[in-house]
Amino acid sequence: MAEQKSRAKAKLRPVYVVDGSRTPFLKAKGQPGPFSAADLAVGAGRPLLARQPFGPDAFDEVILGCVMPGPDEANIARVVALRLGCGKKVPAWTVQRNCASGMQALDCAWYHIATGRSELVLAGGTEAMSRAPVLWDLDMVAWLGQWNAAKTLGQRLKALGRLRPGHLKPVIGLLRGLTDPVVGLSMGQTAENLAWRFGIDRQAMDEFALRSHQRLARAQDEGWLEEIETLYDGAGHFYDRDDGLRRDTTLEKLGRLKPVFDRPFGQVTAGNSAQVTDGAALLILASEEAVTRHDLSVLGCIEDCQWAGVDPAEMGLGPVHAVAQLLKRQRLAMDRVDYWEINEAFAAQVLAVLAAWADKDYCREELGRRTPLGEIDPERLNVDGGGISLGHPVGASGARIVLHLLHVLRRNQARRGIATLCIGGGQGGAMLVTRDKD
Amino acid sequence: MTEEHAFEHWQLEIDGDEIAWLTLDKAGAPVNTLSVDVIAELDRRLQALSEAPVKGLVIRSAKPNGFIAGADIKEFLEVRDVDEATELMRGCHTVLDRLEAFPYPTVALIHGFCLGGGLELALACRYRIAEDEPATRLGLPEVRLGIHPGFGGTVRLPRLIGPAQAMQLMLTGRSVSARAARRLGLVDYAVPRRQWLRAAREVVLHPPAPHRPGRLQRLANTAAVRPLLAAYLRRSVSRRVDECHYPAPYALIELWNKYADDPRNMLAQEAHSVAELVTGSTAQNLIRVFFLQERLKGLGKAGDFHAEHVHVVGAGVMGGDIAAWCALRGLRVTLQDQSPERLAPAIGRAHDLFRKRLRQPRLVQAAMDRLMPDLEGLGVRHADVVVEAIFENADAKRALYQELEPRMKAGALLATNTSSIPLEELDQALAQPGRLVGLHFFNPVAKMQLVEIVHGRDTDPSVVAQATRFARQIDRLPLPVKSTPGFLVNRILMPYLLEAVLLESEGVPPELIDRAAVQFGMPMGPIELADTVGLDICLSVAEILAQSLGTTVPQRLRNLVQAGRLGRKSGQGFYPYKKGKPQKARIRREQPPADLQDRLVLALLNEAVACLREGVVENEDFLDGGIVFGTGFAPFRGGPIHYIRSEGPEALRARLEALARAHGERFTPDAGWEAL
Repeated sequence: MAEQKSRAKAKLRPVYVVDGSRTPFLKAKGQPGPFSAADLAVGAGRPLLARQPFGPDAFDEVILGCVMPGPDEANIARVVALRLGCGKKVPAWTVQRNCASGMQALDCAWYHIATGRSELVLAGGTEAMSRAPVLWDLDMVAWLGQWNAAKTLGQRLKALGRLRPGHLKPVIGLLRGLTDPVVGLSMGQTAENLAWRFGIDRQAMDEFALRSHQRLARAQDEGWLEEIETLYDGAGHFYDRDDGLRRDTTLEKLGRLKPVFDRPFGQVTAGNSAQVTDGAALLILASEEAVTRHDLSVLGCIEDCQWAGVDPAEMGLGPVHAVAQLLKRQRLAMDRVDYWEINEAFAAQVLAVLAAWADKDYCREELGRRTPLGEIDPERLNVDGGGISLGHPVGASGARIVLHLLHVLRRNQARRGIATLCIGGGQGGAMLVTRDKD
Repeated sequence: MTEEHAFEHWQLEIDGDEIAWLTLDKAGAPVNTLSVDVIAELDRRLQALSEAPVKGLVIRSAKPNGFIAGADIKEFLEVRDVDEATELMRGCHTVLDRLEAFPYPTVALIHGFCLGGGLELALACRYRIAEDEPATRLGLPEVRLGIHPGFGGTVRLPRLIGPAQAMQLMLTGRSVSARAARRLGLVDYAVPRRQWLRAAREVVLHPPAPHRPGRLQRLANTAAVRPLLAAYLRRSVSRRVDECHYPAPYALIELWNKYADDPRNMLAQEAHSVAELVTGSTAQNLIRVFFLQERLKGLGKAGDFHAEHVHVVGAGVMGGDIAAWCALRGLRVTLQDQSPERLAPAIGRAHDLFRKRLRQPRLVQAAMDRLMPDLEGLGVRHADVVVEAIFENADAKRALYQELEPRMKAGALLATNTSSIPLEELDQALAQPGRLVGLHFFNPVAKMQLVEIVHGRDTDPSVVAQATRFARQIDRLPLPVKSTPGFLVNRILMPYLLEAVLLESEGVPPELIDRAAVQFGMPMGPIELADTVGLDICLSVAEILAQSLGTTVPQRLRNLVQAGRLGRKSGQGFYPYKKGKPQKARIRREQPPADLQDRLVLALLNEAVACLREGVVENEDFLDGGIVFGTGFAPFRGGPIHYIRSEGPEALRARLEALARAHGERFTPDAGWEAL
């Protein structure tokens, strides 16, 4: 890695990605899916570990991102590590940065290895969005407390009398999770904000969505999704591909869908948004010493990672800032990056990010640049589809795009890539990876 | 204490709280059993204690594996006379009555197994406390040995937990966990080990009210209700076993029905009833079978081979179920096949097995985590045992071994589940032919205990020893057999099945054929068995055997397979199947041929004699054990060779000769009959 490094970076050790795998991404079908978040991570991790020359107990730590673990999955990374047979002595911890939790896990693993604290780390993310908890609201919880405290029949009757129908209305954890608690907008509404600000029309969004499906279909047909490990459930079924893909979709069909967030006049539909999906992605990160000691082959290198904050009402612009700062620190021009993965939360959001980078005013006012950052060749962006076609299990996507980007670099004998995503609450994250040509 | 040297089994300690702790540590034995001398010594301890100034008595075991495994069954084989047996039981009754009559609290502190006489001793205590661990099992399995409880259990158990549950436990012989025992009222507390001693002390110092069954249960024990419940129990038992084959459950129901109002008399009757049973041929043969089982279990003791990871190639019914079984028994397992379509059903079946056996979701999940579907064969290089369970084709197997061998760990076991191909035809493909061993499981794997450990001409004896040990590790019964066509079980079974097919093609209704076999004591008739195994599999084994033994394969079997009637799995074989159940016609007036049962049974016995003569297994006990556990051969008859000996070899041989004259050479007695 003979690249020019900033002074801060010079002290850091190189960090290698040696291998990785993910589950097929399984679209939520209106009821709890076949796998819990921990099941998904175990399903991705078991074959990954089985093909390593070292045992599962060789890790220094396991780090997983997950936004909404199930009630039996407190510190889900530890649950997964133990279920994978890493043993009691391997510590494990869970990180949460909303949609970037999987990337946050990689960042933590990268930093621990780069600074010499760890040599070999299993990191990634998992999410079973179809199993997001359904909760009682606080009034109901308070009522339950009174009910449990009621001892006599009289007290119980009195408590029963205080129960109101409204108490029984469940709180859908998934919807709450996808709504910004500070500005009160749903994620879809923040995408509507971006469409409005950058003048992105419905036609452009649907075209982007269509292309995502077409690209995923091609990748499936060509066998380019080799990082997927087949899952098996207890009912005798198996799952070997991302099932959110709609091969039969057309612009016309996408055009008929109604807006779901700003009804009835909005433009963001279920068809041009990321799908609600279950999935997990895991990567093995290693120091140079670990690579030598275990004689590991190397998929690529994590060079740097950057986080940035933006207005929560425009959370989709997070990548604009994170990437700008990352490129600046690395003294890289945009066109020096061979391939890009921008997580497709919404078609409008990805298009807005691209527009912002090319927009002179935005770059001047928000990024303090004299010139726009530049444009990305569409043929080098999300080349095998993204969240719109294969889904966005929030805790896992950040790890998936990094892993897949490395596979894309390998396939195309390319050198450098950036994976970036927007984060609910108004943030962006970006990770720079490189690969020596074979 | 001056007479301390006179006690070798029961250790007594009286602590500062004046609690007597009586600990059984049977001298010279790894397991506590209630032999005559252990009971006699207990009696002396109890006599001394009944007048000692103590606040209570706690009875426990010093053996790590459990409390008491039951009476000493070896002693049962030695009593031949009803009076002697009655006296043995009565002697034990006196001791337990003494324990029951103690004026202060008595507690049985139970861990591990607490079975048969062990549980009956615990029942004579006022309280029972069990350790809440998976290893804790309580039960009265006597019925499996052809007897029923004889140390007062038939009197005390119904009184404690009510007759319905008590009879259930005693009639099935099943054992229950500590928690289930707690729910039944069989134990007063199920506590973790950390609270074990505190619980015993607390119960002695502050005794709670002893357990009593509910009102409804007590009602069921009254003279008015008993005959109704007894009739119901008899009916449900008769659906499983025939009274003339297995008299014990019927005797137990009768005992309770007649005498439950008069405990003193019931105890006397219990002793008498057990004495009658234990001296009968059913119990004697079942006890023989029990010892055959113990002997096969004892085979896996040598060496230190221990597997942690098993790799199974082939996710068909056998391969998939072997993988699931190994995962259930705590091993890490990779299951390899060529496509997810083939792997997924095996994982589904495994999940069903785990759910049925493990129940707790946490344990089911752990078992599922241990079982990894493995499309790429990643598990081969980690495995301590590689089991090949692909289709029966020698070329395919050889090609697979050549691919597996270089990737396997040095010292890992390579086993084939072939059911009929001799190892000599397979092992030449290996760089080290001596490492191939046969591990022949039977279908269904989770139910059939036997595994044939097949050794070929070149198989390394240490590999056979390792395979045997592995079979024990996964709690199966190893039976070492020589690699001859069909090995032992299929070889002996096949003439019997083919004779049944022949009878059917002669026009005897399959229902009659099956009935004749069941009346002999087979768990299932040969026609239904052939359907269950699969007619295609029967045919392929029959053809391989026909080549080497010179037998003929009935055309009827070929026709059925050609017509796609493969048995239960295809919904149509000899019988039509609905939801996996054979649709049998009512047997009306058809008279079976007079020699029907002989033709079936003697075909089997003749082949058994041939196997013994050829030395397919080491000795006749192994042969009997193998056939009982591998085919379900009427256990109450003690195995085929034992049956021949008890019926008289001369008489059976004469009947074979008569069959040979009537039906052809296949019935010609084997040369081995001479030696019997």
